[in-house]
Amino acid sequence: MTAPAVEFEKLVKRFGAGRPAIADLSATIPYGQVTGLVGPDGAGKTTLMRLAAGLMLPSSGRIAVCGFDTRTAAAAIHRVVGYMPQRFGLYEDLTVAENLDLYADLRDVVGPGRRRGFDQLLDFSGLAPFTGRLAGRLSGGMKQKLGLACALVGTPKLLLLDEPSVGVDPISRRELWRMIYQLVAQGIAVIWSTAYLDEAERCAAVLLLSEGRLLYAGAPADLTRTMAKRSYRVCGIGSERRRLLTDALRLPEVTDGVIEGSAVRLVLVEGAIPPAPAALGYPRARLESTAPRFEDAVVARLGGARKDESRLGAKRAVPRTSGPVVEAQDLTKRFGAFTAVDHIDFAIRQGEIFGLLGANGAGKSTTFKMLCGLLKPSAGSARVAGHDLYRQAAAARSRLGYMAQKFSLYGDLSVAQNLGFFAGAYGLGSGQRRAAIERMVGVFDLKPYLETNAGLLPLGYRQRLALACAVMHEPAVLFLDEPTSGIDPLTRREFWAHINAMVGRGVTVLVTTHFMDEAEYCDRIALIDAGNVIAQGSPDELKALAATQDQALPTLEEAFIALIVRQRARQQGHDRAAA
Amino acid sequence: MFGRIRALLVKELLAAARDPRARFILIGPPVIQLLVFAFAATLEVKNVHIAVLNQDWGGASRELVERFAGAPTFTEFVVLKSEAELRAALDTERVIMVVRIAGDFSRDIAAGRPAEVEILLDGRRSNAAQIVAGYAQAIVDRFNADLMTTTRAPPQKSALVVRSWFNPNFDSLWNTVPALVAILTALIGLIVTALSIARERELGTFEQLLVSPLQPTEILIGKTVPAMLIGMAEGTVIIAVGVFVLGVPFSGSLGWLYAGMLFYIAAIVGVGLFISSYAQTQQQAILGAFVFMVPAITLSGFATPIANMPRWLQTATAADPIRYFLVISKGVFLKDMGAALVLDNIWPMAIIAAVTLTAATLMFRRRL
Repeated sequence: MTAPAVEFEKLVKRFGAGRPAIADLSATIPYGQVTGLVGPDGAGKTTLMRLAAGLMLPSSGRIAVCGFDTRTAAAAIHRVVGYMPQRFGLYEDLTVAENLDLYADLRDVVGPGRRRGFDQLLDFSGLAPFTGRLAGRLSGGMKQKLGLACALVGTPKLLLLDEPSVGVDPISRRELWRMIYQLVAQGIAVIWSTAYLDEAERCAAVLLLSEGRLLYAGAPADLTRTMAKRSYRVCGIGSERRRLLTDALRLPEVTDGVIEGSAVRLVLVEGAIPPAPAALGYPRARLESTAPRFEDAVVARLGGARKDESRLGAKRAVPRTSGPVVEAQDLTKRFGAFTAVDHIDFAIRQGEIFGLLGANGAGKSTTFKMLCGLLKPSAGSARVAGHDLYRQAAAARSRLGYMAQKFSLYGDLSVAQNLGFFAGAYGLGSGQRRAAIERMVGVFDLKPYLETNAGLLPLGYRQRLALACAVMHEPAVLFLDEPTSGIDPLTRREFWAHINAMVGRGVTVLVTTHFMDEAEYCDRIALIDAGNVIAQGSPDELKALAATQDQALPTLEEAFIALIVRQRARQQGHDRAAA
Repeated sequence: MFGRIRALLVKELLAAARDPRARFILIGPPVIQLLVFAFAATLEVKNVHIAVLNQDWGGASRELVERFAGAPTFTEFVVLKSEAELRAALDTERVIMVVRIAGDFSRDIAAGRPAEVEILLDGRRSNAAQIVAGYAQAIVDRFNADLMTTTRAPPQKSALVVRSWFNPNFDSLWNTVPALVAILTALIGLIVTALSIARERELGTFEQLLVSPLQPTEILIGKTVPAMLIGMAEGTVIIAVGVFVLGVPFSGSLGWLYAGMLFYIAAIVGVGLFISSYAQTQQQAILGAFVFMVPAITLSGFATPIANMPRWLQTATAADPIRYFLVISKGVFLKDMGAALVLDNIWPMAIIAAVTLTAATLMFRRRL
């Protein structure tokens, strides 16, 4: 029997006093499979990766990587381990080939094998046509592939990937997985940490961590199986799904719930009898038992979704308006000869959640930026709450709230100072300002952290503060740019509970995302590819559009990929016919 | 509008005060530089090593050698015995000056003929050598004068009396501190503004500002005013340290100094904002700041007089704000410069400020 790729033995890692980052963890990682590393923020995933890479030493316990102890044989470990941190160290001012060269030099890969290895890696990553391009000019997905290729220089035996799929679209993500499967087929051990549980489901085994403790180790399906007869879909509820979800989560027998297109998915506590439709307040609703997912199991293990309702819904409603709240008309953006966005039209009604989806580089971010006033359109117009973003910029901007994936807060300012600044920047008078800050502190439970620097907040609170800063001035429209990218499922649920509450009182939401469980929250989706809207409709309509005889019920992710692939094939056909 | 700008001002000042690294950059380097410049970049020559080769055996030469040996400026005094030793002492930079007294020195003096003392200097250290030559000249002059009174020879008909105005003792601190007020204020004002927009771009907060109702002009005002306040505070600290710690006299009007400083910092802040609007990252911004700062200091006349530069370069210095404030700062510190003279140096800075701030605004809008 061969030794495992990694052996953690009674591992403890402490940073200063307080709760250890890793507490008494024992596990083994075998060769030839992907082992997923999942758990909420602060669970210790990155710490575990860095320990396995030999970048830090355990406080107590032992790690053996490919047979080497990290304490005594760090140099040997560096030769057999490929590590791709969350922000991989690509040199953006070097080309693809120069980046590979650099990593080969750093790892002492020389001789004839080097050229051959490069060719394989370039072929494997699909980057061969782009060797002369600067790494900084690659799309998000291509950057991750190049990062992976660089981590693979020198053919490691263990590959550590820390959230490789953050910021990567479903098509690139699928290609990333294809690459990883090829690698494990060659016998490499892969550790893949992720905040996305649909991804974890593809792993042969997972380690579920929470607060440094190992909650579960084993095949994801085995954990999912423990959830039998606890997952239900509530259908036939028309447009009431957001309110139903809020109401259902109040019931003691419901531990978790998310929106899935026009339905609501509920997970019951162990041994509970499913609630009657009347108890949910919708006698006409149908409850259907459905197969549990790994995510249901993990969230239940972690204690379920937060049950307390978002207090954002209790605020006063946005006055009803007729006509669209956000409107794109013939919106076009050209960068030199390149048309990033090509005559896009859509209109978002009040109280809708509208999703902009698309692959990296499809024009989704450009469209989004034009709609919130960060980019000037080359042609066409963008209107928010009836104001043209360029002719009546200040009026339009005072009606919109914006939250970016990086949580654009001032890290050196305290929570109170951040709130004070954004209240002032939105021109609230001093009385209004005090009231608004007080309201936000109440809604998001920020009181214990008022004097803490924003940069030092736990992730969940940082997200709350970012949302608080974005909605303090009671905007009519909320723009969310990949708002929960890399965020764990519990924090994501809490975030959407707040968004749903706001939508419930008439706020309109425009969201971009790469993650389809987030897209399921949308009322309507515009799928963008090559600067055009290629499909528009509710999540269920898009799924129906993509359905084929082989695949009658595609998931939203499958639908996304199928629709884009179909469109690209059609476009190629046109191009060929034109030629 | 005022509420929004005020929010920005408060935020900028808080950010500077709460970020430990920013705090250090604002306080640490200026104080260190002030002390380094004040004590290291002195133009005085101290710790001088000299030698003497006395080939004369008379009393007059011994008297003169005694005077050289007794001068406090010369910390080491070597007595040489031969021409070979003389050559070696200069070659190895052991001494900067050798005083050679020829064999007939005492005889000539006794006979009332002009006598010669030869001074050999190390020309490789030309500045210091010139100053040392001056010291030597003073000693010889004194010797001469004393000699005349003792021998009752007729006094020289005219004697040159040098008296330095404004800085009677040629104390170099008096010269460097007012110059440092100009240079350090500019450096801090420039760095603070150069980093400000670039940092927000890196953090992603810049987009957050742009989607708010804040107008581009308001953002620029919100960046300009705090930088000016920080620059003025920095200048105040340096003035205070110069006057109260280093003992540099302040003979002019504080009001005029601040009036000059206001326009000066405005001009510098314009440059900083221009760089910051252009730069994508803080690293680029810092590099940009140095691209401006190094030639601006060189052309300001801080180290070398503008009058010594070629004519075309002298014309170029007209665009250098440091040049004008250097005149005001030295003038107000050392000689109670008159209002008209101060104004003469303020209006060019006002024009420069108008140009740089406009350029920054244009660049800022272009990069939106």
